[in-house]
Amino acid sequence: MNLPLFPPTDDPGPSFSNLLHRLRGGPSQFPVDDPATITHGTTIVALRYAEGVVMAGDRRATAGSTIAHRNMEKVYPADRHSGVAIAGAAGPAMEMVKLFQLQLEHYEKVEGAVLSLEGKANQLSGMIRANMAMAFQGLIVVPIFAGYDLRRHRGRIFTYDVTGGRYEEGDYHADGSGGRDARTTVKLGWKEGLDLDAAVELAIQSLYEAAEEDSATGGPDPVRGIYPVIATIAEDGFTRVPESEVAARFGALIDRRTNRGMHP
Amino acid sequence: MSMPFYVAPEQMMKDKADYARKGIARGRSLMGVTYADGILLAAENPSRTLHKVSEIYDRIAFAGVGKFNEFDQLRVGGVRHADVKGYEYSREDVDARSLANAYAQWLGQVFTREIKPMEVEILVAEVGPQSGGGADQLYHIDFSGTIYDEDHFAVLGGEADAIHDRMEAAFTEGWSLADALKAAIAALAGPERTLQPSDLEVAVLERPRERRAFHRIVDGELAALLGLGDTPPATDDAGPGAIEPPAAGEGSGEPSADVAPE
Repeated sequence: MNLPLFPPTDDPGPSFSNLLHRLRGGPSQFPVDDPATITHGTTIVALRYAEGVVMAGDRRATAGSTIAHRNMEKVYPADRHSGVAIAGAAGPAMEMVKLFQLQLEHYEKVEGAVLSLEGKANQLSGMIRANMAMAFQGLIVVPIFAGYDLRRHRGRIFTYDVTGGRYEEGDYHADGSGGRDARTTVKLGWKEGLDLDAAVELAIQSLYEAAEEDSATGGPDPVRGIYPVIATIAEDGFTRVPESEVAARFGALIDRRTNRGMHP
Repeated sequence: MSMPFYVAPEQMMKDKADYARKGIARGRSLMGVTYADGILLAAENPSRTLHKVSEIYDRIAFAGVGKFNEFDQLRVGGVRHADVKGYEYSREDVDARSLANAYAQWLGQVFTREIKPMEVEILVAEVGPQSGGGADQLYHIDFSGTIYDEDHFAVLGGEADAIHDRMEAAFTEGWSLADALKAAIAALAGPERTLQPSDLEVAVLERPRERRAFHRIVDGELAALLGLGDTPPATDDAGPGAIEPPAAGEGSGEPSADVAPE
């Protein structure tokens, strides 16, 4: 492979996607006959707490009415102080995350500086816009971007629509097929200044409710030991809540519900 | 009608090499040294923001001497080469050897074809994997595209020979970072001068780091290593390169889920 150098007047700058476009041309488009046959990821949640944000996502991927994967991950670190959760067509979504991670790292290395949180959110907006032609064929990707703003010293959440429209959410958001149920659950339990423990608990509850109401959302799976992914992003960076802790919390939740007689 | 003067190819090459050497000799030197847990890169550089040493990829770093705009252009080219390769294949497939070859091709091309050679010398360093089983690599490439695979340490810049001799006398295999740093600074300074922390740019490729091995050593951390420790240690988030974000992981088919530990 040669060295990608360009004359100063014709330089792609610190953007990795521009560089890739210059070297390889644009992404290829193809018609999709039946979007239902494509693997889809489902429910994702993000909520703000006192020190940052909590992000969560279930593990199920569906293709039509079948379960395509039981252990797909939907919450990823974007860089040290931000994360991205994906819902929608799994293939394009995972590619988008991979490119987004690279885009942020590439910028940081070329420029010698880290993008602002706002700058990162806008980058993702552009990537969704680039996917618009695919979205109109049914391959919709709707991520949630969240992170800790090192300049404003608080967690922030950004959501997107199919056209790349970017909206900042004040407190919480949930998306995907079970997003509505998850959102309602968070809405009922959220208040300003939640501590970490309460925020993680609320995220777990919201995914549990979503899994109860939405067939495409996976609940806790103690048989295989598969549990939703929960991550926190605060001043010290992106941290994934250990699976053992998530398992214990789901266990406790199920116990409480069982004693209440909701699950005979 | 005028006839162009004939210049013997030997003479032309010699003139170009002399020109490049003269340009490089105007700047300060730098060196890359292996130590027990990685590779140390130390440069004499009074600027805090115009870096001679930078990160290329997870386990690869770049260092350059000579004309800043020329080696910085090469640095950016290297970041692009590595990121594109890691994207298209896998992060594991990005290696210093292939990057060093790409640099050598480019520099060789410029040296023979262009009127003005690049007035730079560069170093591509790669630290071996965490688990061992692969050695540290130091590739030193000069303005003509000649590539040297160096053992233990490499010195770049105008006074490279003198510094190399001083370092040769001091080098010990498997020494600590602090020892390596002190020896490197002494060798860079020579017997007549002493270098202050503010004259230095120091970075390491640390083997134990999970993914991005590159780490800049600044302020308090540098003072502590030099045994001047009266300032508090620097926080990791101070500057570019000092932060260590987690991202895209091993196989590049999927986005990565691993988080680099502190």
